[in-house]
Amino acid sequence: MSAVVTGNGNGDGGGAPVLTKADFQSDQETRWCPGCGDYAVLAAVQQFMPELGIPPEKIVFITGIGCAGRFAYYMNTYGMHGIHGRAPALATGLASTRDDLSIWVVTGDGDSLSIGGNHLIHALRRNVPIKILLFNNQIYGLTKGQASPTSELGKVTKSTPFGVADHPFNPVSLALGAEATFVARTIDRDKRHLSEVLRAAATHEGAALVEIYQNCPVFNDGAFAALTEKETKDANQIRLVAGEPVRFGVDNERGVARAADGHLAIVDVADVGADALIVHDPHRLDPGLAFSLARLADNPTVPTPIGIFRDVQRPVYGRSLPTRTAPATEVELAELLLGSDSWTVG
Amino acid sequence: MQLAGSRFTDATAMLGNDLATLPNFPAEIRAPAGTLAGVSAFQIHFASRDILTPGDQPNVLVAMNPAALKTNLSELPRGAMVIVNEDAFSKRNLEKAGYASNPLEDGSLSAFRVHRIPMTSLTARAVEGIEDASTRDAGRAKNLFALGVLSWLYGRPTDVTKQWMQKKFADRPAVLMANLAAFNAGWSFGETTELLDVQYRVKPATDVPPGTYRNVNGTTALSLGLIAASVRSGLPLLLASYPITPASELLHALSRHASLGVTTIQAEDEIAAAGMALGAAFGGRLGVTATSGPGMDLKAETIGLAVALELPMIIIDVQRAGPSTGMPTKTEQSDLLMAIHGRHGESPLPVIAPSTPGGCFAAAFEAAELAIRYRTPVILLSDTFLASSSEPWQVPMVPELPSMDPAFASAAEGEEFLPYARDDRLARPWAVPGTPGLAHRIGGLEKADLTGNISYEAANHARMTELRAAKVERIAEEIPPLRVDSEPGARLLVLGWGSSEGAIRAGVQRAREAGHVVACAQMHHLNPFPANTGDVLHSFDRVLVPEMNTGQLAQLLRARYLVDVESFCKVQGQPVFAAEIEEEIARRQ
Repeated sequence: MSAVVTGNGNGDGGGAPVLTKADFQSDQETRWCPGCGDYAVLAAVQQFMPELGIPPEKIVFITGIGCAGRFAYYMNTYGMHGIHGRAPALATGLASTRDDLSIWVVTGDGDSLSIGGNHLIHALRRNVPIKILLFNNQIYGLTKGQASPTSELGKVTKSTPFGVADHPFNPVSLALGAEATFVARTIDRDKRHLSEVLRAAATHEGAALVEIYQNCPVFNDGAFAALTEKETKDANQIRLVAGEPVRFGVDNERGVARAADGHLAIVDVADVGADALIVHDPHRLDPGLAFSLARLADNPTVPTPIGIFRDVQRPVYGRSLPTRTAPATEVELAELLLGSDSWTVG
Repeated sequence: MQLAGSRFTDATAMLGNDLATLPNFPAEIRAPAGTLAGVSAFQIHFASRDILTPGDQPNVLVAMNPAALKTNLSELPRGAMVIVNEDAFSKRNLEKAGYASNPLEDGSLSAFRVHRIPMTSLTARAVEGIEDASTRDAGRAKNLFALGVLSWLYGRPTDVTKQWMQKKFADRPAVLMANLAAFNAGWSFGETTELLDVQYRVKPATDVPPGTYRNVNGTTALSLGLIAASVRSGLPLLLASYPITPASELLHALSRHASLGVTTIQAEDEIAAAGMALGAAFGGRLGVTATSGPGMDLKAETIGLAVALELPMIIIDVQRAGPSTGMPTKTEQSDLLMAIHGRHGESPLPVIAPSTPGGCFAAAFEAAELAIRYRTPVILLSDTFLASSSEPWQVPMVPELPSMDPAFASAAEGEEFLPYARDDRLARPWAVPGTPGLAHRIGGLEKADLTGNISYEAANHARMTELRAAKVERIAEEIPPLRVDSEPGARLLVLGWGSSEGAIRAGVQRAREAGHVVACAQMHHLNPFPANTGDVLHSFDRVLVPEMNTGQLAQLLRARYLVDVESFCKVQGQPVFAAEIEEEIARRQ
């Protein structure tokens, strides 16, 4: 596929020579642990990038601290490896002054939801035109195995010998709560799904938050096994497809329907009938239903929705006001300096 | 009261007097009226000669109530004129101000020339006939009555003030009428009563260089300096800030200029504000963040990243009294050591400090020049006093402002791009996203010399640490030398930095008039110091360093030059006064 993406507001698209994955690979040796989910995401991103039709010099990757933070060094684009949690702030400064660039933020669960939580929610509510890839491995990897804000209750880690007592964040719920205009979840091991979601995020105007379940083979191996292993994944992946009933299971025998009290529940299709299933609509302006979908699973060991939860339009940050990018002229400056109450001596 | 003060200032400036002002108000937005904590004051010092400070001891105090009298009386010299709003000296107001007896009656003001004017009732009478003007409007208008009295007393032009009112209250005719009536009533009161036995004539200043002038405070001057730097460098300006007293004023000032290509962002926090400025700098913009007090603590991490990335960025710190929340509306110079050293690791950067409100223009401009030329974050240390105090400022001619070349990198055929190669100033290339052939990655991890790739190599870290320090140190070669105002035989140097310049110059002037032989100088570059600093220090027997902190510059000078400098420290949330400098000089003769 070689679709040229236009209208995302982040690149001029078109006209560029045909690029390949190799054009997006930097000369730096990747140094994640063997088997790290980050490799799969990096490969998928590098492979997908040529589809955008944007030359590498118009693309910027800004990252925070953590294993995911190294991502910037491996992309042959402009990149900035920032400081812990601050990538969305750095990206906001760049995005609000350079609307000719395609700007991507790569972050982890500790980076974006703990130390950088404030920047994340504000970038989302402002609808800054940046694409945020949140690698969620439910653990602190770079600092060698402490609990993260997405670690499940009771989890024993180096910093929680008696088990995690802090209720975890659900990143999708949080992003929807911040009224993000694009919110999706995908999985490192599912390259096709990952690429589809990236494509949709890239074409979205405004901020996009993509949570990527990413396996940490050293400190939290198998956290997403229920969704990735051959034997269990069909029973646990609730794939959200726009315009389709929300239905899953080995034989598509289960689905999501409204219970009598209005909340969403997982049901057997045989019990309620196919017509009772909700039909997924990511373009619904009210984020309520998307939020309810996100709440179906607190922890990805049970049936968990993946896909695009929300994809709606709202004014993009910095574009609702008439803006001027060029500095004032010398004549304008002279007028400004003079002000309205000057006087002349001599 | 701030409004009346600024109107008097504008009329005074238009008349051609030289002046300096000092607003002084509590941090509370609406502190209970009539209490000591709620007193808001505005001080102005003007003359037909060069004015250096807002004045130590006012010759005239206008006290609108007992609390205002009580808070300010101790500042007055004997024989000063005190004009009070007699109506406000009620039993209840006296109690609120903590007066056991009425100072107007008990003789405690005998050292002063007291004029009692029933301003509240006279204003009420003046406003009486105006349709739609409420009692509240009349109550508020009494400050304009006081302004009218003072305008008469000092022969200020009234048209400037009236025109301003007409513009300000154009959409509220009743308020306009009430204020005009009160102002006129005050003026007429001065003219017709025999209560005020004098009228002063202060002629226009004659020792002012020819040129076009306007009145600016430090905040306005900073905003103009940043915009001028943007125009002369061709770099669009981005200011990201989080609301904090007193630095918010700069955000307000710049946010009005979107039509001139100025982008402002009210960030979610101080950290984000610094990050946004740095992100914009990465994109080839003039990135600025401004803050005060605790906001500076929060920005340290990002400033450290800017040091590592070697990107141009300006951090403006409008210093206020600390620690912690401290006294948000009160001035201090206590962030100097923090600006220079307040980051983890070896992270040197240039620090500059304007010394007058008008000087804030040049300082902002210079901060941009240094940042762009040396690819470095620059900290500009202003303070509450400079930010809010005002003076006439000679408007510069745009073509006379130096132009700055951002010198963005571009790809050279067949040459490998080295993001951390350096020019003669040790500055690295500024290669902005969008430039073909220069895609590269930078970050906070230590970088290999030249390539900028991640490096943990021992010798490389030592070399990079040394290069970063040498780059900043080399700035000393290009900044002006420390200029000393000396006289033959002077053995004492009074050396200040930042906003104390006016007080130091005025204090030195008075000391000289009293027969003392003394030199003075003001430092605008705090890191690096001007190249001749050591020579200057060593050419005097004694060096006195007045500071609004506990001796921070003194400590730096002692450490760097092994000179036994003496400190005069003032940490009262108030500027240094000329009289204090004069006294300190006299003590050392």
